[in-house]
Amino acid sequence: MANLFVLQLLNGVQLGVLLFLIAAGLTLVFGIMDVVNLAHGVLYMVGAYFVATFAALTGSFWWGLLLMLPAAVAVGLILEVVVIRRLYARSHLDQVLATFGLVMIANETVKIVWGVSPLSVPMPEILSGSVPLMGPLQYPVYRIAIIIAGLAVAGGLYLVINHTRIGMLLRAGATNRMMVSALGIDIGKLFAMVFTLGAVLACFAGALVAPILSVDTGMGESVLILTFVVVVIGGIGSIKGAFLGALLVAIVDTLGGVFGPILLREVLDPSAAGQAGRMLAPMLVYILMAAILFARPAGLFGGRA
Amino acid sequence: MAETTAPAAARPARAAALAPRVKAALVLFVLFALVPPVVIALDDPFLILIATRILAYAIAAMALDLILGYGAMVSFGHAAYLGFGTYAVAILSSYGVSDLLLQMLGAILVSALFALVTGAISLRTRGVYFIMITLAFGQMAFFFFISLSAYGGDDGYGLSQRSTLFGSRVLENDVTLYYVTLAVLVGLFALCHRIVGSRFGRVLTGIRENPVRMEAIGFSPFRYQLTAFVISGCMTSVAGVLLANQAEFVSPAFMSWHRSGELIVMVVLGGIGTLTGAIGGAVAALLLEEVLGMMTEHWRLWFGVFLVLMVLFSPRGITGLVAQLRGRDGA
Repeated sequence: MANLFVLQLLNGVQLGVLLFLIAAGLTLVFGIMDVVNLAHGVLYMVGAYFVATFAALTGSFWWGLLLMLPAAVAVGLILEVVVIRRLYARSHLDQVLATFGLVMIANETVKIVWGVSPLSVPMPEILSGSVPLMGPLQYPVYRIAIIIAGLAVAGGLYLVINHTRIGMLLRAGATNRMMVSALGIDIGKLFAMVFTLGAVLACFAGALVAPILSVDTGMGESVLILTFVVVVIGGIGSIKGAFLGALLVAIVDTLGGVFGPILLREVLDPSAAGQAGRMLAPMLVYILMAAILFARPAGLFGGRA
Repeated sequence: MAETTAPAAARPARAAALAPRVKAALVLFVLFALVPPVVIALDDPFLILIATRILAYAIAAMALDLILGYGAMVSFGHAAYLGFGTYAVAILSSYGVSDLLLQMLGAILVSALFALVTGAISLRTRGVYFIMITLAFGQMAFFFFISLSAYGGDDGYGLSQRSTLFGSRVLENDVTLYYVTLAVLVGLFALCHRIVGSRFGRVLTGIRENPVRMEAIGFSPFRYQLTAFVISGCMTSVAGVLLANQAEFVSPAFMSWHRSGELIVMVVLGGIGTLTGAIGGAVAALLLEEVLGMMTEHWRLWFGVFLVLMVLFSPRGITGLVAQLRGRDGA
């Protein structure tokens, strides 16, 4: 039982780190630009497809990861300049429609370019295999690497946001973007940068997860909604909220799926417990969200609702 | 009280604009009524099923317009109610309750409860939060039905027969089902029209224009919005009941978030806050889907391009464009 718990906790942390990478960009885009971006999950998917393509071309996951970065920057910039930039002054309804259109375009384009069958990305040699954790417990090295990479990015973001001039502008923009603009900051440039940063982080998350998932067109969708939950729980515009929200959502989702049925078995007979557990587990994160919003409508670290 | 506080300039304009809009709806309904004879003449029975599907979505789009257009609540989880309607048919009929009206009642009860709880939580927030939270709750319902393995889970569940109406199996006939759907659409349109014109509807519109002012003169926005949210959800579930009968199949796909997005697209295409527009928008969106679908298997790509271009190249967005076409200042 303890082994299972540790194993699932690690899986939860690994998912949480990925969710954080995606949510960080999304929460900044929401908080600073006040734009609803449904196409953010698409970037995660595109990152995975990029790394699959570049890794196949170069024969190395590492080259694939490296080449993915400039491609992600390009996608982010193009999206911002062509579509997102024109949405800043629009109603949320317009933003929803336009980015919903982008999701449709991106999903179909991916199908046309890469086909409908899922791609797989070979795991880098050095990170394959498992390490012993405690007792008989083994844990895949690659998943540990994901956790470390994600935490490193989170640490980097923390330094940038709290200890650099750009980070100061980001924080100021999330609090009061009119004032930042009035103080003579080129808000257009700041917005483009924020969006591109978010795009790169989401692509990076997609690239990281590519070797342990099958890369297909649906992969952005489920993650998008979970990321929304993370952003809402953490509070829009708050990186700290996104980090805690991501870990909370991922751990509840992972542990709930495994331990929900086990706990229910204490009060129900096994088959009913299994059935109820399977039905309740995917709903847990939304119930968590509802509970948190009920107490704090603006999320854990949100300033305004 | 609402009479005296509604924006003075907008009121006469709307009262004048209401009549032609109702006329347009009546013209649409007459055209809908003429579809079956034409289809029978064309000898293509499949078309009648497509037309039924369009009418069912028109009901859902109109229900969404009630809160989106008149209450400025961008609900991105409305497909959940379609799902409650479809699964009400599947689940109740598997327990021997095959009456259409009882199934609608079941769908409405479940939807009212879900809308009441999720609406109460969602309406504590505004703007971006509201959109994301309704989306998340919609997805929660989606996952619930995916894990409902007794009814096929992800794969869905084929219905052995359509609903009965007063004990008779008249709905097995596609034309009868079509006319029943049309009757429901007309009835709900009349109801929506009454709601919008009532004191309740005026207060709702007032809250859309300026919630703070409405609160200052003694209306609680929350209660009015929540009531509208529940009504809209219930109506959408009725559309779901009809949709399940049209498809003779239910699956979680009816409630995916794409479906919620498509409902919003329908409302916006036809012009928000007009009811008639939502019906027209549903027809336009689904026909566009059918036509694009016939031309290319990648119709979603072109539908997406169409959406993005429409938003980008209308000066104040689609909402502004529609208001401009109608010659009044869009809200």
